[in-house]
Amino acid sequence: MNKTPNQKAWLFVIPVFALVAFNAVVPLMTVVNYSFQETFGSNVFQWEGTRWFKEILHSERFHASLGRQFIFTFIILLIQLPLGIAIALTMPKKGWGVPVCLILMSMPLLIPWNVVGAMWNIFALPDIGFLGNSLNSLGFDYNFTQQSGDAWFTTILMDVWHWTSLVVLLSYAGLNSIQPAYYQAAEIDGASRWDIFRYIELPKMKKVLTLAILLRFMDSFMIYTEPFVLTGGGPGNATNFLSLDLVKMALGQFDLGPAAAMSLIYFLIVLLMCWVFYSLMMKDEGRT
Amino acid sequence: MAKITLKDLSHSYLTKQSSDADWALKGVDINWEDGGAYALLGPSGCGKTTLLNIISGLLKPTKGEILFDDRDVTALNPVERDIAQIFQFPVIYDTMSVYDNLAFPLKNRGLSKTEIDAKVKEIGEMLELTSTLNNKAAGLTADGKQKISLGRGLVRSDVNVIMFDEPLTVIDPHLKWVLRSKLKELHQKINRTMIYVTHDQIEALTFADQVVVMHEGQIVQTGTPVELFEKPKHTFVGHFIGSPGMNILPCEIENGQINFEGKILPNNTSIKKLNFSKTQVGIRPEFINFSDEGIEVKIKRVSNTGRHKVIDTECSSGIIKILTNASAEIPSDNAHITFDQKYTYVYGDDWIIE
Repeated sequence: MNKTPNQKAWLFVIPVFALVAFNAVVPLMTVVNYSFQETFGSNVFQWEGTRWFKEILHSERFHASLGRQFIFTFIILLIQLPLGIAIALTMPKKGWGVPVCLILMSMPLLIPWNVVGAMWNIFALPDIGFLGNSLNSLGFDYNFTQQSGDAWFTTILMDVWHWTSLVVLLSYAGLNSIQPAYYQAAEIDGASRWDIFRYIELPKMKKVLTLAILLRFMDSFMIYTEPFVLTGGGPGNATNFLSLDLVKMALGQFDLGPAAAMSLIYFLIVLLMCWVFYSLMMKDEGRT
Repeated sequence: MAKITLKDLSHSYLTKQSSDADWALKGVDINWEDGGAYALLGPSGCGKTTLLNIISGLLKPTKGEILFDDRDVTALNPVERDIAQIFQFPVIYDTMSVYDNLAFPLKNRGLSKTEIDAKVKEIGEMLELTSTLNNKAAGLTADGKQKISLGRGLVRSDVNVIMFDEPLTVIDPHLKWVLRSKLKELHQKINRTMIYVTHDQIEALTFADQVVVMHEGQIVQTGTPVELFEKPKHTFVGHFIGSPGMNILPCEIENGQINFEGKILPNNTSIKKLNFSKTQVGIRPEFINFSDEGIEVKIKRVSNTGRHKVIDTECSSGIIKILTNASAEIPSDNAHITFDQKYTYVYGDDWIIE
């Protein structure tokens, strides 16, 4: 089939182009610009070449926050995926239970991030918070504002509470799209419950789970607001994740050059990880 | 291998039934011999899939019993009944190879590796899957996948009955024919009871020795393809089987004879019962001839299907379709037609009067 070239189509693309330019390309290019220069304010810049990149890549502070970030993301993925799938499997498929469960599941997702942080801050306070107070009265020495282990525990618990629902909803949608005939065939073939999960449900959920992993990876890797409100990165630097550190550097210390270089490295890591995840999970799709 | 008996089977998807329409199946009685090839034929929503799922044990009937030989299996689940079912679209285990797909039901029943291997290879051969046995099942074409679903049913030697729920729906037309012949061939080779559900009369009539026609949750006729064609016991069978279907037109019964369009039609038997709310005469388009006398009709339209001509004619009771061979001479405007007495039937409230 021959396509007739129609150059007028470009006209229709221009508005989107302009919009994307203003909300993504221009800001990103500004950051790129900063990352090669030094400034002391007053719009005076001085060319620094790749100095900031070298500094950041060799900085122990960056290594530490990047390490914390990877550990955090790894832990929450490890908890949220199996937990999300497990909850989705136990959710009812029909009847009044469906809307009830869906609403319950959506609720954490609808709460603004800073509110989640504030809620958990109060909830976990060792003296007056329900969680903190209960743990202490049960004999645990719990204080997330002073002990780094407790701070990690609370941050992870908060993230699990906030975001597992997303995995649940995606998995639930994936499960619901499986035709009943698959279950019937498995029943006739004498498959066990585990077989059904392993050979029917899991393969059929592959696409939504890929999506869930990508979304949860990106979001958790860029997490900012909730730990900012909950722990502020503390105690000390215990929960100082990448984005918290970045903001401290850019706005706290006004080191715009190094902060810009760090942003770009950060951005490239997220991009690279997403690409690796996606290609790994979609490896088989091309062959079929 | 088993003979299958269904006794007064009724099913409703509702917990409370208030009217006749709430029942998906209404008192079905069937006796199926061991090793036969049967078809359940009917339009969508007639209850045939419900009936199939009840036989396989995926559904528990509201009322009635199912016997395999003389064993009551009504309360048993599909595994305990030892049945195989092939669904409308191919059901395969995507992540397994073709070999593992076929081996899966045997593995679950605890057979040894060597037994499984022998059986899988045998069935693979039979279904012409040998060259793809080590491929991933997900990579096959629709008919290849459907062969796998079929294979998972055939691979077990203990199955009482193999059921097909419109298995060729997603198959390309030119492959339908191939797969259908394959099924027929397999039936002769392994000699198991097979039940084939379809809404396609050609599929049913070519596959089965006995066809069960269902309509609104009831069995309206069971018979060989020839019986269904030559002597429909219900107007629905007349309509549904044949292309075009039977002509069914209102008529009067007078002194045990058929009065149609003011003419007395010759009939085989004298008709006794008269207390019907409606009486109709039925005649297949194949058994109507043009003649010099008889019922007066007006030719409305002639369509040539290649091998036949279908002629729509009109009389005061309605449209009468006539089927002739393609070379036949068709009168131009007005004509007279006669019905072949042997194939003219009278229906009282849709059921044949004999």
